[in-house]
Amino acid sequence: MPIDKSMNVLIVDDYKTMLRIIRNLLKQIEFNNVEEATDGADALSKLRGGNFGLVISDWNMAPMTGLQLLQEVRADNRLKTMPFIMITAESKTENVVAAKAAGVSNYIVKPFNAETLKDKIEKVLGHA
Amino acid sequence: MLDPADGILPRGIDALKSRLSAIRARQPDLEPEMVTEVVRAVFQTISDDLTAKEATLLREVEELGRTIATAKAEIATLRVDDITGHDIPFATDELDAIVDHTAQATHAILESCEMLDDVSGTVSGEPAAKLQAATTRIYEACSFQDITGQRITKVVTTLKTIETKVAQIISTFGASAVEAARNHRHDDATDAHLLNGPQLPAHAMDQSDIDKLMASFE
Repeated sequence: MPIDKSMNVLIVDDYKTMLRIIRNLLKQIEFNNVEEATDGADALSKLRGGNFGLVISDWNMAPMTGLQLLQEVRADNRLKTMPFIMITAESKTENVVAAKAAGVSNYIVKPFNAETLKDKIEKVLGHA
Repeated sequence: MLDPADGILPRGIDALKSRLSAIRARQPDLEPEMVTEVVRAVFQTISDDLTAKEATLLREVEELGRTIATAKAEIATLRVDDITGHDIPFATDELDAIVDHTAQATHAILESCEMLDDVSGTVSGEPAAKLQAATTRIYEACSFQDITGQRITKVVTTLKTIETKVAQIISTFGASAVEAARNHRHDDATDAHLLNGPQLPAHAMDQSDIDKLMASFE
């Protein structure tokens, strides 16, 4: 099934440079409807008020971390099936296990390349 | 030194420790020298009644007092105030400046790269593909700034922890500082133990390791 690249994508990172990089990489693979959030609470508010098809979030943010955001998303009846990709520098086994237990759709470790981002998005949206 | 096998010294020290703990609970600001001085004065007044073992215990307590005084004097010569007042703030400021400068440089690179991206939209064929491949590579490389920023933040956090601990040692020079430092570790967010930032390459899992781990859950 072809992927609908016109869908709204929410990218979440407290590091504006990283948001800019991800936005540009998404643009290169033709995802042009990209919104940004700079922390978990901001993201949750945008998700509850909008119509998104994919969330790409960093983990290490404050006060709400990416993992806590994921848990909130999975606990929300309207959002619980939302494809959710974690992009993070946290690369320990216990991190991946915790993210999977919380219901993450896929996991990208920083530094990452455009091919990995594209591959994971296709996998996640292909299964959505 | 007393022979611990006779049981008097360990019992005496245990009793002394428990008395000292009780005194410290009532008087948290009490200096160790003050305790030594009081004990010395008390023993002085009853010295005529001391047994040989009690006299040895007195010498041990006095020795302990001298050791504490020497340790304090040595700490003072280390100029620990410089560590908290100058050295660590200087180091953290320098590291913050590195983060700021690399952020500015990354911003400039990204701006130029976005301009190239716009240009690539006006051409077609192989030049457009080459331009896009180049800009993609630049975007990927720019994520270095996020990684180095996180690494530097870890170092700054460690330095600030050292600064706090040194300040606590200076101000209290007692067990309460150690206890406070221990308790501090458990005050953070629920997944704080999972927030370790980037791993050093030798210890880190790469994307293929992550993929294998994720696949193992399927």
